[in-house]
Amino acid sequence: MRQILSQFGTDCDSGAAPRTMENWYEHREMIEINIVVCIKQVPGTTEIKIDPQTNTLIREGIESIINPFDTYAVEEAVRIKERIAQQSKEGFSGPESKVIAITMGPPQAENILREAISVGVDIGVLLSDRALAGADTLATSFTLAKAIRKLEREFGKISLILCGRQTLDGDTGQVGPELAQQLNLPCLGYVIEVMEIDNKYFKLKRLMEDRYEVFRVPLPAVISVSKGINEPRVPSLRGAMRAKSAPITVWRVSDLDVKSEEVGLSGSATQVIKVFSPHIERQSEIFTGDVDTQVEKLTQKLQSLGVV
Amino acid sequence: MDYFLSDEQKMIVDIARKIAQEKIVPVRKELDEKEEFPHEIIKEIARADLFALFVPEEYGGLGGRIFDVCLAVEELSKGCLGVATSYAASGLGFLPIIISGSEEQKKKYLSDLASGKKLAAFGLTEPDAGSDASAIRTSAVLDGDEYVLNGTKQWISNGGEADIYTIFAMTDKTKGARGASTFIVEKGTPGFSFGKKEEKLGIRASVTRELIFENCRIPRENLISREGMGFIIAMRTLDKARPAVGAQAVGVAQAALDESIKFAKTRHQFGVSISSFQSIQHMLADMATQIEAARALVYAAAKMIDSGAKEISAASSMAKLFASDVAMKVTIDAVQIFGGYGYMREYPVEKMMRDAKITQIYEGTNQIQRNIIASHLLKSA
Repeated sequence: MRQILSQFGTDCDSGAAPRTMENWYEHREMIEINIVVCIKQVPGTTEIKIDPQTNTLIREGIESIINPFDTYAVEEAVRIKERIAQQSKEGFSGPESKVIAITMGPPQAENILREAISVGVDIGVLLSDRALAGADTLATSFTLAKAIRKLEREFGKISLILCGRQTLDGDTGQVGPELAQQLNLPCLGYVIEVMEIDNKYFKLKRLMEDRYEVFRVPLPAVISVSKGINEPRVPSLRGAMRAKSAPITVWRVSDLDVKSEEVGLSGSATQVIKVFSPHIERQSEIFTGDVDTQVEKLTQKLQSLGVV
Repeated sequence: MDYFLSDEQKMIVDIARKIAQEKIVPVRKELDEKEEFPHEIIKEIARADLFALFVPEEYGGLGGRIFDVCLAVEELSKGCLGVATSYAASGLGFLPIIISGSEEQKKKYLSDLASGKKLAAFGLTEPDAGSDASAIRTSAVLDGDEYVLNGTKQWISNGGEADIYTIFAMTDKTKGARGASTFIVEKGTPGFSFGKKEEKLGIRASVTRELIFENCRIPRENLISREGMGFIIAMRTLDKARPAVGAQAVGVAQAALDESIKFAKTRHQFGVSISSFQSIQHMLADMATQIEAARALVYAAAKMIDSGAKEISAASSMAKLFASDVAMKVTIDAVQIFGGYGYMREYPVEKMMRDAKITQIYEGTNQIQRNIIASHLLKSA
């Protein structure tokens, strides 16, 4: 209560119109931030197979998992929501912030949305349509941007869009920044700490190779998070039960404000024509004998090669 | 073996297994060596709703079924028996309230247990009252609207870390076991302090302390049930809690077997993996068979308790007795399969062996379990 009064007092001091205890609720700005977190399902294996025709990933018959980098984005989205609820607990109540997870993929990508719901995400949205297949990062970010516009129409203003740093399979790290471009929003990558939360801005720390940088980012914004930002939680039992029966919204191309030639393979500006592992030729020779002999042989060899 | 778990029970197993693998296994060696209470892991267990398994739905829990608790305990014990002890001991501390508490007491305390916001501890054992629980000396004297507690409890799991303590004290020394009563004492009550933290052979991530009562005054309404009901409440509580000790034993034994199989397949001697030797194969087969028998007995006893059956003492004691003896044998065999490696602290099985020993001792030694089983046999014959 003391905190409420001091807030009330500060407002009076700053010359704002006098407020009574009866109407302070209306004057306190509620933090209401709807968050979208973009996630992707990736093959849960190191043996990634590429379709030789399309040069895209073969997903059939391979167990899919949520992209590990995205689990940090999901966790951070849920933590931001919990922080907002905590701040509200100090005397203010308002409409709850929502966390919406969105993914583009085949029907079974529904599983990673349920996984996200089990750790605290409120709503899962799946963009699934044959026409979306084979999308490059441009077509993907375009489709996601359209879907986020539609989410705004259905759930209200979206203030924050969170992405993982990159995916485990495609590895480009492009979708986040491209999404910001498509939505004409500021973008901050490699965020390692959410320092302050407010209706109008976030104070964020990002991790560069040799330094940290602190930014005040106006909302709405797109951010991608680094691995060290948090330690993702284990699902709760209640969360797992909710996730099992939660309805998953599925949108097809016809549900979005897009033409089929703008999405999927046909909407892609780039096409991977070949994926291969570089062939490295390495000659090795193992010297045997006691240490002195080995040193002798190695020295001779290096000299004969002109290295020393 | 398939125990035909429901979807919800499979979720309990999945979540507890995830906590064990992701949060416990990476730090268990350090917790053991530093004898550190696992605060962060307990928070994770709480956030995952596993404490809610102890509590009936009407008090903010998820059912209060012993079988569900056993599933969670078994998985956590695969990670670290010390962590599992801290979890299970909290449930044990709250059980007297669940079993015999008044509506007001249940409403006041159980939602904090279910959320894991508060931990509990069970205070029965004293320096001179172990297996002979009727010999407790801690006294409680009614003075106006307050009871005044004096005495010392020994080897109390979660002592110092718990917020809520269920304490057994004599309200009428002349009546022996029938003169004992059960009280709820909150941490921070004047006159209630903690003694030294014990240094243990195993389950070193759990904390074991003395509880000291010196003219500790608690409100009269903190008495559970009536005066003189203490011994009955203690026995009913332990009857319900014992299968969870069995589940701890099954968990640690299974973990030791899993490590043994992995090791036997990779360890080479005489040019072949040691898993190709029949002597090793037979040890593994015996370990697996004994564990499965123990698990079946623990699950059967837990389900019997959940069915509301009245005569549960013998089944509950059998589950604890058999499973803990299996755990000791299996973990010793695991160390043997590992050979010299098994004796080294770098490998996990010596810790499992040290940890397993407690399951034969706490919540009634296995000798006391045999007494209970025998008395049931002779009484009903």
